[in-house]
Amino acid sequence: MAVIKLSESKVNFIKDVCKSFGNKPGEVINVLHKVQGEYGYLSAEVQEVIANELNIPISRVYGIVSFYSFFTMTPKGRYPISICLGTACYVRGAEKVLDEFKRLLNIQVGGTTDDGKFSLNCLRCVGACGLAPVLTIGDKVYGRMTPDKVKEVIAEYN
Amino acid sequence: MVKLTIDNKPVEVAEGTTILKAARQAGIHIPTLCYFELAGMNFENKPGGCRVCVVEVAGRRNLAPACATDCMEGMVVFTHSQRVINARRTVVELILSDHPTDCLTCAKSGQCELQKLAQNLGIREIPFKGEQSTYRMDMSPSIIRDVDKCIMCRRCENICNNIQSVGALSAVNRGFQAVVATAFEQDMVDSPCTMCGQCVQVCPVGALSEVDDTRNVMAAINNPKKTVIVQTAPAVRVAIGEEFGLEPGTIVTGQLAAVLRRLGFDYVFDTDFAADLTIMEEGTELLGRISKFMQGDKSVRLPILTSCCPGWVNFFEHNFPDMLDVPSTAKSPQQMFGAIAKSYWAEKMGINREDLIVVSIMPCLAKKFECKREEFSVNGNPDVDYVLSTRELARLIKQFNLDIKDMSCEDYDDPLGESTGAAVIFGATGGVIEAATRTAYEVFTGKTLEKVDFTELRGLEGIREAWVDFNGTPIHIGIAHGLKNARTLLERIREGKEQFHAIEVMACPGGCIGGAGQPYHHGNSSILKKRYDAIYREDANKAIRKSHENPSIQKLYAEFLGEPCGHKSHELLHTHYFDKSDYVEIAE
Repeated sequence: MAVIKLSESKVNFIKDVCKSFGNKPGEVINVLHKVQGEYGYLSAEVQEVIANELNIPISRVYGIVSFYSFFTMTPKGRYPISICLGTACYVRGAEKVLDEFKRLLNIQVGGTTDDGKFSLNCLRCVGACGLAPVLTIGDKVYGRMTPDKVKEVIAEYN
Repeated sequence: MVKLTIDNKPVEVAEGTTILKAARQAGIHIPTLCYFELAGMNFENKPGGCRVCVVEVAGRRNLAPACATDCMEGMVVFTHSQRVINARRTVVELILSDHPTDCLTCAKSGQCELQKLAQNLGIREIPFKGEQSTYRMDMSPSIIRDVDKCIMCRRCENICNNIQSVGALSAVNRGFQAVVATAFEQDMVDSPCTMCGQCVQVCPVGALSEVDDTRNVMAAINNPKKTVIVQTAPAVRVAIGEEFGLEPGTIVTGQLAAVLRRLGFDYVFDTDFAADLTIMEEGTELLGRISKFMQGDKSVRLPILTSCCPGWVNFFEHNFPDMLDVPSTAKSPQQMFGAIAKSYWAEKMGINREDLIVVSIMPCLAKKFECKREEFSVNGNPDVDYVLSTRELARLIKQFNLDIKDMSCEDYDDPLGESTGAAVIFGATGGVIEAATRTAYEVFTGKTLEKVDFTELRGLEGIREAWVDFNGTPIHIGIAHGLKNARTLLERIREGKEQFHAIEVMACPGGCIGGAGQPYHHGNSSILKKRYDAIYREDANKAIRKSHENPSIQKLYAEFLGEPCGHKSHELLHTHYFDKSDYVEIAE
């Protein structure tokens, strides 16, 4: 008998999300999307609750989480940084911007700073190629980035 | 109907028939790899993923996978044109480029469908070199997962989810990293795996195989301090002949006893004896519950569920924790045998428990796990020491350069080798409940059965039910084989939709005859049917066909146990179940 520990509010939130989708097995991707939106990532415990509520095997939930690159099982920072490495951004120097973030935050792509503040990820095109290179922090978009501006941007969150 | 030609042969098939099935109808063989069908058992795996079955369709630009392409009017199909064979060879070469080439020492060697394909296509080298997948090995007491050998046919995932509804396996990750695994890639023992082993039975390659205990058994036999006894399950005698080239369904009971003696076992006994004992205990428990129920006792849990099948026991411990008091508390025949051998028989023979080794020959992989359950041991000494599957025994016989065909029939040893027809039918779906009915009817009514065959309980339908008239008292019996069918039946009961008095469940399709330890059937369900028929032939040939008439059983109760479900029985022959479900606890 495996015991899964989660806070009551978290369990209730997940249950409410599942209910809002009618507890239908076919809605598992929508449920995962919404729950990750709230907590930033999908821990094994969270997946167990979802599997229980939707009455599907936990292996299936994990299969989906591990298949889609959008879903993650590692906690993201409070301010998730996503740097576009699409063609337009790349040719305009996005990689140098990325390197500067790595250097200043001392983390790799996919990592989170020790204080849980920032996490760093790459993505392919946010549809704002005119502003290349582009990055997003949370919902905020930064355009025409250069390595010199990185320090300033980070400072905004101090 | 649709008319087409396959290899210039005119074929007419029903609309919606695939090219693969149409070709088979016309006697044309198209090789397959991921495709798998167990006809009549409602199981078909056709992900269309491996592309081995590609064929050329005139006027179509690309090759069509025969397993996933429907026949169309006027189609012209070629199944072995140069283009088809080249494509097929390339596909297999690509699969082999990410497959270990340790065929000589692989557990599936000789039975491997990939090996056979590579041979048939005449592949002598693998022209593609590249990265190889590497995963850790995962081993439960029953099953070995060596996922480096996985070819992603997903048969295991399909049978685990759709036939068994166990859901232990799923495809995870993507691209080159994609693999069939448990949730979070945890060990099988930490997953809801029931060890039924049907994944092993359908795996085309060596990615899934059974844990091999033959060396442990040989070491015990060669240890002069140990007395080594063996028991053989009912379903083994109708299947092991296949490993020696005999027709499926050939009964080799006498030859089996003979060959086991040649291997060096000191006494050759029969699980069938313990199956008769199970009927005495389980039948008495059933009648006890029914009569209490009829007297108006509301606390009685009905239906009684059989508990012989260890895959099924694991399944309800994981999935029905609220119903743990519903199944019979009777141990399985294998464990009853061990408990009696290491008490009654050992005392009789003056052998210390520690010096007695009990080996089982089982059609089953879950039995390997069952014998290791803590509750089935005394001071750390297990009631059953080792379990060999039917396939493992066949290998052991071949190591000794023996052949079951060459053996002349011998009898089992007394007293734990005497059995009835009722015990033999434990090997097929519906058999346990029929055996229980034969005894329960006579005990309940005090009358002798005119006809012991309850044909209404037989058949290979996934879920069956029948009313049996106990001299004016109608008894409602349910039968399920395959765990998804069991789940369906149990959910109907949980919702209060239906009332049954007794239900038999077997985890494997067809019951033990289709067990995961049996010779590989490669999807040929006629093999299962032949084994099934053989079980009932063996029953019909027996002089005694009711468990309570077994003289050795009667003697066991008179000398040792007292009465069925009595004090001693409860101590030795009954067990209890555990909640193995996952649940969410609120942290403070």
